Amino acid sequence: MTSEAANAPAPEPTDPLLSVRGLEVHFPIRSGIVFERQVGAVRAVDGVDLDIPRGATVGLVGESGCGKSTLGRAILRLVEPTGGRVSFDGVDLRPLEGEELRRMRRQMQMVFQDPMASLDPRQNVQSVLTEPLRAHGIGGDHKARVRELLGLVGLPASAASRYPHEFSGGQRQRIGIARAIALEPQLIVADEPVSALDVSIQAQVVNLLEELQDRLGLTYLVIAHDLAVVRHIADVVAVMYLGTLVEQAPSDDLYARPLHPYTRALMSAVPIPDPVVEDTRERILLSGDLPSPANPPSGCRFHTRCPFRQPTRCDDERPVLRTVAGHPQAHRVACHWAEDIEAGRIQPVASAVVEPDAPAA
Amino acid sequence: MSVSISEARGPLLDVRDLSVAFTRKGSPDVRAVDGVTFTVSPGETVGLVGESGSGKSVTSLAVMGLLPPRGVRVGGQVLFDSDDLLTLPRDRMRDIRGRDIAMVFQDPMSSLNPVVPIGVQVAEVLERHQDLKGEPARRGAEDLLARVGIPDPRRRLKEYPHQLSGGMRQRALIAMALACKPRLLIADEPTTALDVTIQAQIIELLKELVQDTGASLVMITHDLGIVAGLCDTVHVMYSGRVVESAGRRELFAEPHHPYTGGLLASVPRLDAPRGAPLHPIPGSPTDVLQWSDGCAFAPRCPNRIEPCTGGPPPLESIGGRSLRCLNPLTESEEVPA
Repeated sequence: MTSEAANAPAPEPTDPLLSVRGLEVHFPIRSGIVFERQVGAVRAVDGVDLDIPRGATVGLVGESGCGKSTLGRAILRLVEPTGGRVSFDGVDLRPLEGEELRRMRRQMQMVFQDPMASLDPRQNVQSVLTEPLRAHGIGGDHKARVRELLGLVGLPASAASRYPHEFSGGQRQRIGIARAIALEPQLIVADEPVSALDVSIQAQVVNLLEELQDRLGLTYLVIAHDLAVVRHIADVVAVMYLGTLVEQAPSDDLYARPLHPYTRALMSAVPIPDPVVEDTRERILLSGDLPSPANPPSGCRFHTRCPFRQPTRCDDERPVLRTVAGHPQAHRVACHWAEDIEAGRIQPVASAVVEPDAPAA
Repeated sequence: MSVSISEARGPLLDVRDLSVAFTRKGSPDVRAVDGVTFTVSPGETVGLVGESGSGKSVTSLAVMGLLPPRGVRVGGQVLFDSDDLLTLPRDRMRDIRGRDIAMVFQDPMSSLNPVVPIGVQVAEVLERHQDLKGEPARRGAEDLLARVGIPDPRRRLKEYPHQLSGGMRQRALIAMALACKPRLLIADEPTTALDVTIQAQIIELLKELVQDTGASLVMITHDLGIVAGLCDTVHVMYSGRVVESAGRRELFAEPHHPYTGGLLASVPRLDAPRGAPLHPIPGSPTDVLQWSDGCAFAPRCPNRIEPCTGGPPPLESIGGRSLRCLNPLTESEEVPA
């Protein structure tokens, strides 16, 4: 979990498309009027290792302020990482500059959360979709390409001459997706692609993303706070807390047997639209809020809110991602006590556990 | 869960045929709420579920008398304690609002005054309705903040809204809403702006407070999961009308309206096996028919039949639940395959 990690990458059957090692993004906090000096740093991303296999979907979940969006942007170098390494298809992105970086970006595109804010209200759809083609000097019949793109995302060809405000939220997000696939990228980073949409529309966009992946062989990094959406779409899920990954696992294993106390709490906080389940499940409530990333807690960053906190190690020793016996190799967790918690030898503090309601009379 | 009480005493809030239309010179009226009827019994938790534009928030604003006086036409009746809130003089309404009926809004940052300390804002409610002044009001505010689980309330009283986290701000708003022990609390998407772990805290808090004070709660939300765990009765709204009402167990076990069924089938569930396909509702909530011409959901409805577009479908009651649909889901269709 340090920046010089992974000088010997583990041999894997297939090379990941994207590989992140020890990535750090620290935003400086400056003070002073005449002589500005740095008085601290917001550690938005603080040592993250992540591999995204070709053709897979990796989900990144966490609460607001945990650094998940910054991580997504740092991968694309939309914010400059302050440490660590990102390599895409074997190419280290760090030393790339200017033209080289621009060319690399053709392979990596982004879908943003709010389609209204990420589309220029004075640009029609034709112009939105051809801008990437023009920027990268791609010739050919742009009109035909726009028609094709609109068809791919399920919009009528007549949409080309219309403006963003003429579309509903779901349709606008389709335009955002069409723009992202215009350059035939390999990787798409989707930052909360459905959270601004109405419930009945979310499923449409989720299905569209899956369909495009099958047709175009895309690789996704989906950043979201909604665990149910991530579980649905992702093959591998990484859980982020205060700038670091606390758990990373194949989707099924993570949801069936979460190891980290934070993952457990996060999953138990998601309400399930079924009264029978809601009435019988036990919940773990976290106390308080996310601590400030400018001054993160020592040791395990979650220890200030952890219902399973132990008197030793938690406060002063920072856990690293490791495997746990009985779980697949790909399931890794950053908790000193994962085995004891799983076996039930360590119980959460009683105040954090909400017993299921008594069945209604 | 309080059926016996409600039968004995009658409903606390009785909304009858409420309609709200926004009027503008030179353009047709926009009917945001179109004949909504529901009741809230003492101690009952009622959910109003719908997507954006379904009229659920406007319903709550009309009940609270918070719609602007100009450009809005409100019809129907809102009976609270047999007073019609819609015709009540403004100063009587101001006495009731905050004392008997309180409201928690979605975005705590925009419902708090950014330049007034939290303590002053909470104490203001006590000063207005309970005639407390100075030190007693301040102490009352401190107790309230402690009650809703804000740590170190004495210090927080002096702080401004921007110094509190989102969850804490929502707690402060709930404290203000509870200041006068209202008999009815209306919560309009109280957790939508919050993270899930904070959402779970706030929902737990609301549950606890409702249980302790015996207040009724109207929960307005788009999240079926919240409704499933919290509400006794659920009303599903679409385009300004209630399309289906039922007890929460019945509603989730057996949705009759194609819209309700569609919503349930389109939400990914955390506990569902992975790879279970999602069934989105086609179209968007803006593709609606005018209720006067037929069912507003007809353009998106998989169960549409000829008469659906021939006139407004009536709201029919069968066995404790009501439904506005001419061709409801049958048992085999409840989980679209």
